[in-house]
Amino acid sequence: MARSKVVKRVAKIASAEPSLIRVKVAAEVEGAASKDSARRESPIERVTVNKAYKMYVGGAFIRSESGRSFRIKGVKSTDPEVVNIPRGSRKDVRDAVLVAKNAQAGWAGRTPYNHGQILYRLAEMMESRRTELAMSLVREGQSQSEASREVQLAIDICVYYAGLCDKLSALLASHNPVAGPHFGFTLPESLGVVGVVAPRAPSLLGLVSSIVPVAVGGNAAVVIVTSADPRTASIWTECLATSDLPGGVVNVIYGQVAELLTPMAKHREVSGLSIWGDLGDLGIQAEADATESVKRVRRYADGDRALLSTDGARGLGYVEPFLEFKTVWHPMGM
Amino acid sequence: MGSLMKRAFLHFVVLLHRVISSVPMSSRGADRAPLILPSSPTVDAVALEERASALAKRSLKKVAKIAGLRLAIRMMDLTTLEGKDTPGKVRALCSKALRPLDTDHTIGPCAAICVYPNFVSVAKLALAGSSVAVASVATAFPSGQSPLAIKLDDARRAVDFGADEIDMVIDRGAMLAGETAKVFDEIAATKEACGQAHLKVILETGELGSYDVIRRASDLAMLAGADFIKTSTGKIQPAATPPVTLLMLEAIRDYYYATGRRIGMKPAGGVRTSKQALHYLVIVKETLGDDWLDPSLFRFGASALLNDVLMQLEKERTGAYQASDDFSKD
Amino acid sequence: MGKLSKIEKKRDREKPGIVFGNQWDYAPAPEATDFFKLNKRYELFIGGKWQKPRSKSYFATISPSTEAVLAEVAEADDNDVDAAVLAARHAYDRYWSRLAPSDRSKYLFRIARALQEKARLFAVVESLDGGKPIKESRDVDVPLAIAHFFYHAGWADKLELAFHGRSVRSLGVAAQIIPWNFPLLMAAWKIAPALACGNTVVLKPAETTPLTALLLAELIEECDLPPGVVNIVTGAGKTGAALVNHPDVNKVAFTGSTDVGKRIARAVAGTGKRLTLELGGKAANIVFADAPLDQAIEGIIGGIFFNQGHVCCAGSRLLVEESIANVLMRKLRDRMATLRVGDPLDKNTDVGAINSQMQLDKIRELVAAGEKEGAERFSVSCQLPKKGFWFPPTVFTNVSLSSRIAREEIFGPVLSTLTFRTPDEAIEKANNTAYGLSAGVWTDKGSKIFHMAGKLKAGVVWANTYNKFDPTSPFGGYKESGFGREGGRQGLSAYVEVV
Repeated sequence: MARSKVVKRVAKIASAEPSLIRVKVAAEVEGAASKDSARRESPIERVTVNKAYKMYVGGAFIRSESGRSFRIKGVKSTDPEVVNIPRGSRKDVRDAVLVAKNAQAGWAGRTPYNHGQILYRLAEMMESRRTELAMSLVREGQSQSEASREVQLAIDICVYYAGLCDKLSALLASHNPVAGPHFGFTLPESLGVVGVVAPRAPSLLGLVSSIVPVAVGGNAAVVIVTSADPRTASIWTECLATSDLPGGVVNVIYGQVAELLTPMAKHREVSGLSIWGDLGDLGIQAEADATESVKRVRRYADGDRALLSTDGARGLGYVEPFLEFKTVWHPMGM
Repeated sequence: MGSLMKRAFLHFVVLLHRVISSVPMSSRGADRAPLILPSSPTVDAVALEERASALAKRSLKKVAKIAGLRLAIRMMDLTTLEGKDTPGKVRALCSKALRPLDTDHTIGPCAAICVYPNFVSVAKLALAGSSVAVASVATAFPSGQSPLAIKLDDARRAVDFGADEIDMVIDRGAMLAGETAKVFDEIAATKEACGQAHLKVILETGELGSYDVIRRASDLAMLAGADFIKTSTGKIQPAATPPVTLLMLEAIRDYYYATGRRIGMKPAGGVRTSKQALHYLVIVKETLGDDWLDPSLFRFGASALLNDVLMQLEKERTGAYQASDDFSKD
Repeated sequence: MGKLSKIEKKRDREKPGIVFGNQWDYAPAPEATDFFKLNKRYELFIGGKWQKPRSKSYFATISPSTEAVLAEVAEADDNDVDAAVLAARHAYDRYWSRLAPSDRSKYLFRIARALQEKARLFAVVESLDGGKPIKESRDVDVPLAIAHFFYHAGWADKLELAFHGRSVRSLGVAAQIIPWNFPLLMAAWKIAPALACGNTVVLKPAETTPLTALLLAELIEECDLPPGVVNIVTGAGKTGAALVNHPDVNKVAFTGSTDVGKRIARAVAGTGKRLTLELGGKAANIVFADAPLDQAIEGIIGGIFFNQGHVCCAGSRLLVEESIANVLMRKLRDRMATLRVGDPLDKNTDVGAINSQMQLDKIRELVAAGEKEGAERFSVSCQLPKKGFWFPPTVFTNVSLSSRIAREEIFGPVLSTLTFRTPDEAIEKANNTAYGLSAGVWTDKGSKIFHMAGKLKAGVVWANTYNKFDPTSPFGGYKESGFGREGGRQGLSAYVEVV
C-alpha cells in the first residue's frame, strides 16, 4: 500500500474514532515496512524485541535476588512466545517488606485527596493500556470479550476506590459523645505494611481487587502473585509505575505461595495479611504464623470467578480490615 | 553543658524573684521601666476541676471531722464588710471571734476579724490582749478603682489604726488589660506601705475570667511581696471555689519550690458549710501538707460558716442534729 | 550521670521539703459490708440454671487484701464448657436469634437498670475480690459497666444504621474470656455488645476475681433473660482453653496478656472463628515543657497508680522533656507522698492491694531487674498491711530505653521515667515498643497535640488527660496490643457479619 493511501485512511479514521489513530497508523506502517523487507528476501521476517518481564519493588523493575526464573509458554497456538519470569525468593519478600515499610509513612501522610488523584491516574494508565492488558488476558486463554470485560471491570474498580479515599473518614470516623467535659473522636488510620496473596485468577481483576483497597487506607502492600502467567501482573505494574504512585507502596513478587507466604506471615514488620483464594493448609499455617506479631489476617475465599460475577471487590469490607482506629480525647475547658 | 545552662537560668529566675520582690517601688522610678516577669504555667481547667472534686470525696468521720472543724474555726477571718456596719456590730463579731461557743471554751478563737478601716480601732480595742488579729480591707476595696495614692493612703491609715493585716485588692482592670507591670507595682507599693502588717492580696478571681489569669495574678502577687493570696472580696460571684483555691495553692507550692518562702492562702466568700470547709482543708493537706494546716498559712474569709461549723461540732458531741437558733447570730 | 547530677541531688535534699504528715489525719472510713452475704459456694451458670460442675472440683477465691477466703467457686472442665456452649447454641437458635431486636434492646436496658439498683453491692464485692479501692469500683468500674449496658441496649435495633444501611447478621455463640483487673467492667464490655448484636455468650471470668461475674449472672437471672443467652463458667487457663477450642463457638473475644492472646490466636487460626484481642500495653505518657504541669502530674498519677497499675493502657512509661525533668520529678514525688495505700474498702484509699501473689511476684521481679539495670528507684514510704499482697507506689528514673522496666509490661504501680529533648525524639521513643494500646500527651499547644496524636502508634491517645473511658468511645490497640475495638459504633464490628 502506498504511503499516500495510508495517510488518507488515517485521516478518515481520525474523523471517526480519534483514539484509534495511533494503533491504526502503526499497523498500516508496519504492514508497508514488512513488504519492503520481504522484497530484500531476508531469511527472517523481523527479529522481534522480546520483553523481559520483571518484578516490581520499590518503584523499580527487578529480577529476583536469587537469580532464579521460571518459563512461561503461551497457551494458544497463536501465542508462541516463551519468556522467563523471575521467581521471587524469601529474601525478595524480606527486602520488599522493608521497602514497603519505608514507603508507607509517606504514602499514609499524603492527603486522601491525593490518594484519590493517584488511584484515578492509575485508572487512566490502565485505560490507555486496555489493549495490551486485554491481549495479555487473551494470551492466558480468555476470549476477547471476556478479556475486555475483565479489563473494564478492573479499571472501574480503580475509579471506584479513587473516589472512596476521601470518604473513608466520613464513613468510618466518629465523634464520641462521652459523658464528661471531653471532646473525643475516632479516626481510621493506616495499618502499615500489608502482605497480599493475590488470587490466582482472574489475574487482572484479582490483582486490582486485592491490592487497591489495601492502598486506599494508606497502607503499603507486598503482593505475592502466584498465577502461572504473571505477565498480566507485570503489565499492570507498568501502569502503577506511570501512575504517580510512590515507589514502594505496591510491590509485586512472583513465585510460589508455599515458599513465599511463610516468610511474609512471620515477618514482624508486616501488620496485616490479605489472603485470597483457598490455599488449604498453607493458609491455615499463615494464620498461625501471623499470630506471633498479632497480625490482622483476612481470608477471602471469593477469588476466582466469583469476582467476575460480582463486578469485583468493591466496598468498605475490603478496606476496613486493614485500618486501625485511633481514638483521641481532649478536655474542653477555659 | 545543657544542664549547666539550665541551672544557671533557673538560678537567674530565682534571683529575679528575690530582686523584684525586694526592690521598693520608689527606687524603680516612676516611669516604670518595662519589667520582664517570669511566665506562669498554663492550667487545664477540666483536670484542675476534676482534681478538686476528687478531693471532695475524702470521707471524714468522727475524730477527723471534729479535728478538722476545730481547725477550721481557728483559721477563720470572721468578716463583716457592710455599708451598715456599726461599732456595735463589730464588737459583737469580736466577741464571737474570741469565744465562738459560749459552752466550750476550747473551741476557737478565730484567727482574725476582717473589717473596713473605719472599724479597725473598735476591733483592736475589743480584741486587746487576745491572739485574734485585726485585718482591714484597704486600697479602695472592693473595686480598687481609685488612684494609687489614695489606695496607698487607705492602707497606711488602716495600719496606723492598728491593723495587723491588710487585705488589698488588685487592679483587675489593669490585669485584664495586660498591664501586669502596673498590677505588680501597685502590690509592691502597698507592701511597702503596710510596713510590719501582713499583706493579703485579693485577686477577685471571679472577675479574672480564666484559670490562666488567676494563676498569673497569683504569681505576680507573690513576686511583688504578698504574704497571703486571697480569692475574693465577697462582693462578686463566683467567690472562692475549690478549683480556684487548689490552683492558688499550686502557685504557692511552685513559689515555695523556687524560693523556699511560704505564702499563705485565703479563700473568701462562698464557704458556708462545714462540708465545704473540710473539703478546703483536704485540698490544703494534699497540696501543701502539714505546714499549711495552720492559721498562719491558711485562712477562711467567712461569716456564715462559723455557725454551721459550730452546729456540726455540737452534733458530733451530742449525737443530735442542731437547730440554727441554738447559736448566736453574731 | 556524673558529678553534676550528684551535686543536683544533694541540692534537692537541701531544699525545704513539703511535709505530708499526720498533722490532721483522716480517720478510717470503711465501706459497709453488712448489707449482703456472699454464698459459701458458687456453681456454674449454664442454660439459666446453677449447675454443679461435672468436674466436681471447686477452687477458693480470696481477698487479696486479707488473704481471707471469700467463697468457693466451681471449676469448669471440658464437659462443663461443652454444656455451656451447647446451652448458648440452643439459646441462640431457639430464642435470641429469633427475638425482635427491640426486645433484645429491652433486655439490655433491664440489665442496666438492675445494675444501677445494686451498684453498691457490686462495688463492694469488686473491691473485696480484686483488691481495688472502693472509690474506684464505686465511681469508675460499676458506673461504666452500667453505661455499657445502656449504650449497647440502644444499638440492638439500629444495627443497620451503624453499617450505613448494609444488612448485618449475628455470629452465633461468643466465647469471652476476661481478665482480673476490671472484672465486672470487662464482663460488661464483652456481654453488652455481644447480646446487642444478637449473639449468645459463654463468659469465663478470671480465676482470681470470679465473684462479680457470678453476681451478674444472678442479676441476669433476675432480669429473666431466656435461659442460656448468657452462661458463666468459672475456672483457670484450662477452662479458657476448652472454651476457645470448642468447635461450636463462632467468635472468641479475649482481654488479657499478650502472651495468652497470641496462644489463643494460634488456637483459633484456620478455624474460621472470628477473633478480637485486647492485650497488653506499655504506654508512653509524654509531658512537654509547656504542659499544664500540675494537671499533668494528676494524669501521671492516675495513669500509673489507678487500679494499682493493673491497667493494660496504664501510662507506665513517663517521657518528660528534659528541661522540666527535675521540677516534674519533685512534684511527682510530693504527689506520691499523698497517696493512701491500704484497705481497699476504706473510702479514702487511693491504692489498694495487688491482685494476687503471682502478680506481686512478677512486679517484684521486674522492679529488682530495674534496680539491677541501674535505674534509680523511689518508692513511697508507707506502712503496708502485714497480710495480703501489697506493693508501694514506685517510680524509676534514669531508665534506659533498652531496660526491661522500659519494655515489659509490669502491670503494677511502677512507673519508668525517660527524658527526651525534641518532639521527634518523644515520638520515636513512644513508638519504640511492640505494644500500641494507648498514649498520653501533655502540652498547651493545640497544633502539637494534633501532630503528636497523628504520629503516635496507639489506639487511644489521651491529650491533656489520661485513663478516660466511655462506652461511646472505641477502645483497642495497634500492633501487639491486639485488634478490634470495644465501644462506639466501631466496636459493633466485632460481633456482626456485615452482609
